[in-house]
Amino acid sequence: MANNSINIAATAVSGPSGPKPRPLLSPRNIMIYSTLFIVCMYYALPLYVMIVTSLKGMPEIRLGNIFAPPVEITFQPWVKAWAEACTGLDCSGLSKGFWNSVKILIPSAALSILIASINGYALANWKFKGSEVFFTILIFGAFVPYQVIIYPIVIILRELGLFGKLPGLVLVHVIFGMPILTLLFRNYFTSLPEELFKAARVDGAGFWGIYFRIMVPMSLPIFVVALILQVTGIWNDFLFGVIYTKPENYPMTVQLNNIVNSVQGVKEYNVNMAATMLTGIVPLIIYFASGKLFVRGIAAGAVKG
Amino acid sequence: MAGAKKPVRILRNLNAKVAALPMITTALVIFVGCTIWTIVHSFTNSRLLPKLEFVGFDQYERLWSTRRWLVSIENLAYFGIGSLVFSLVIGFLLAALLDQKIRFENTVRTIILYPFALSFIVTGLVWQWILNPEFGIQHIVRGFGFENFVFDPLYNPDIVIFGVLIAGLWQGTGFIMVIMLSGLRGIDGEIWKASRIDGIPKWKTYLFVVIPMMRPTFVTALVLISAGIIKVYDLVVAQTNGGPGIASEVPAKYVYDSMFRSQNLGQGFAASTMMLLSVLVVLIPWAYLEFGGRKDGK
Amino acid sequence: MTSVSIQNLDLNFGSVNVLKQLNLSIEEGEFLVLLGASGCGKSTLLNCIAGLLDVSDGQIFINGKNVTWAEPSDRGIGMVFQSYALYPQMTVKGNLSFGLKNARLPKPEIEERVARAAEILQIEPLLDRKPGALSGGQRQRVAIGRALVRDVDVFLFDEPLSNLDAKLRAELRVEIKRLHQKLGNTMIYVTHDQVEAMTLADRIAIMRDGLVQQLAGPDEIYNRPANKYVADFIGSPAMNFFEGQAKKDGTINIGNLDVDLKGYEFADGPVNGPVWFGYRPEHVVLGEAARQLPLCVEAVADIVEPMGSDTLIWTKIEGVDFRIRTDGQAKVAAGDPLLVGMDPRYASIFDQQTEERV
Repeated sequence: MANNSINIAATAVSGPSGPKPRPLLSPRNIMIYSTLFIVCMYYALPLYVMIVTSLKGMPEIRLGNIFAPPVEITFQPWVKAWAEACTGLDCSGLSKGFWNSVKILIPSAALSILIASINGYALANWKFKGSEVFFTILIFGAFVPYQVIIYPIVIILRELGLFGKLPGLVLVHVIFGMPILTLLFRNYFTSLPEELFKAARVDGAGFWGIYFRIMVPMSLPIFVVALILQVTGIWNDFLFGVIYTKPENYPMTVQLNNIVNSVQGVKEYNVNMAATMLTGIVPLIIYFASGKLFVRGIAAGAVKG
Repeated sequence: MAGAKKPVRILRNLNAKVAALPMITTALVIFVGCTIWTIVHSFTNSRLLPKLEFVGFDQYERLWSTRRWLVSIENLAYFGIGSLVFSLVIGFLLAALLDQKIRFENTVRTIILYPFALSFIVTGLVWQWILNPEFGIQHIVRGFGFENFVFDPLYNPDIVIFGVLIAGLWQGTGFIMVIMLSGLRGIDGEIWKASRIDGIPKWKTYLFVVIPMMRPTFVTALVLISAGIIKVYDLVVAQTNGGPGIASEVPAKYVYDSMFRSQNLGQGFAASTMMLLSVLVVLIPWAYLEFGGRKDGK
Repeated sequence: MTSVSIQNLDLNFGSVNVLKQLNLSIEEGEFLVLLGASGCGKSTLLNCIAGLLDVSDGQIFINGKNVTWAEPSDRGIGMVFQSYALYPQMTVKGNLSFGLKNARLPKPEIEERVARAAEILQIEPLLDRKPGALSGGQRQRVAIGRALVRDVDVFLFDEPLSNLDAKLRAELRVEIKRLHQKLGNTMIYVTHDQVEAMTLADRIAIMRDGLVQQLAGPDEIYNRPANKYVADFIGSPAMNFFEGQAKKDGTINIGNLDVDLKGYEFADGPVNGPVWFGYRPEHVVLGEAARQLPLCVEAVADIVEPMGSDTLIWTKIEGVDFRIRTDGQAKVAAGDPLLVGMDPRYASIFDQQTEERV
């Protein structure tokens, strides 16, 4: 017995022993990482071009190529885009659009999340006759092209006296955000243990008591996900902004498009890119700050109810 | 006695019903009511204001004999097929690459996905700039000595829609990649162990085992891409504004312009009804497969 | 006095009848266990009693009060759930007092009740912790505490120990029994674990397909199962069954064997016709002593499973798989010849048609 084990040990020394070597520079790894590097370059390039262009003066842009880093960094284009760029006759820059967007964003996001979370909670825990039918209509509604619905909504808003005003646009955002957010909250509340809800009922809490005291405190992550989803979605909206508001209330995206694509005057590419950056910066900050939660938010749209 | 009160049917669960009122109203008034309203008015000769003077299929006949609409449909077809094929293929390949237990996975994913956080307007404008023949890619390649290099999709009516497609893919593939990646991660890890023991090459495992298992993910991605394609509007407005000429028009823009620019509401309603129809063509078979099939399974 | 009474209870989910014309009455201070396989309707019944499910037909009385339409919180019940269902964002104290705050009890009274419950369950040191920082056993104590503070007459337990490991389960089982002895409340306890049922219950209701199969004390259920299902369900390993032919003279024919059923207590005297002859593995007598019994056969051990405290032996008698449970010290090996004896006094005989005990 003892002899045998010694023999085995002896042969093991000459054969493979210990951890299997995994060279970092295997052909497979080189291929994977170089592909990923090129892919990342491709995706990052437009952001890079935006930034370098916005930091150059016009003469430098006319001479050099768009990928070259700025020789002489200037923040003039940013200042101009923010405060002086013209849409038609109005030369007050993007700042107005920025503040309009903020004024649209805050009530729209807050209201749509509040309403959708209560809807989702009712659908998950307090099913009543027909609740699933309405929900199904709502989800299918998410697939109806906006173009089919936009004009009747113009009429409804006009009747309500909200057409062209910020509250009207807020209402539109609440309506169009409802399907996806309701789905998000419904699925989340359904995934919470049902016994928790039962326990709260035995403890005498009612519809609102359970919502505010039990469900909301437990669901902060999903509220953050919904917030990310809504903030980026509403900020990036163009169509509703252009239809349901008047020029003095135009959100930033609409104003940006008007500045850059205006036909009058000499094209100032550096100012255009600075304006584009300024508009993109809010969702980008949210994106980079939120990390995994953003992914979770957009993946929620992919989860079927 | 508190317990002996007979509950009234309508009042039972009253709080939930009140709380669901916004949803019920939205579902019925907006998604059902407004859709029907538009469809009905597409059979009228409404111009500046909607009115109920029915003219049968006149608007549709006019629509299908308008060159701009035909161009829009053609563009949508190119853009749609291109988006579907490239998004699915690139999205899956990127997801498969990221699934190789690589380092910096989060960084790479962050870089590939960030365009999705941007507005279509921003995307359109950046790519308008990059594809600018005077300063952009064409200019640079010529600078390398290829004096006759031509790459000006936004100024060439024949290929302008592919210029839009490039921008659209840049923005959207990250999203599809994320969906594919979650699909890949959802596959039982023991499948990979089994295929390693059986000595099946990785690409074969992907092709014959993993992709068939990911059918639901592909279907989801397909539906999401399709829903996005039909809505494409902002991107075109920002990048080309339909130009040069009408070479990059899309249906959504046709609808908007008919309704809010050329005071031709009837045309807008007919065009939007056609859009709804094309969505239904995609949606109904999908819903039938997903939900109809599920019922049989149970 | 009757504490909980259920009369002609029906519950339908769509076209599925989950509970069918169910009648049950539970005495004050009684510990009733609802036992059954999953899907038998036992948890559904408990949820109906709690008011968490609306009944389709019938009535529920608690303490003589018709609570069929009452809200869960107005029924005078406390409930303990399988997953504990503690509110994760509240401290233990918050969990215990949530129901009392909803009932708008005065603060000093809440304090007093929480303190009392914490003392009984020995969770005083945990009061300021959140559920996430507790072990499984501690969580379940808090969950019981939440029912305790409500100061109610009826406790409902929905598989409260299923999520715990075997050792903890045994500990908490004893604790629940101690609690019942101390408080003297009515307790209705749902489980699929027959050990829990046998050890805790004053009476056990064995359920199947929404019907109560037998309602009796543990001893009766074990020794005199009312039908073949109950006999098969209770006991581990399960009861052995032979097909046999009973005769009016009090004998039974099983294959080549004719057995005198002397000692078996027939419900209505000896019967005639095809029956199941059931015999528990642990009542088998092995060795020479078997020769003294009316039923004695030779067999060969197929498989032997030594389990420490007992030994399980698998064999075949009259072509039927037969299990024997015997002493852990029995030295039996596969292939050994066995002398197997059965005493009709311990047998259970069921009509083949109705599967009812005869």
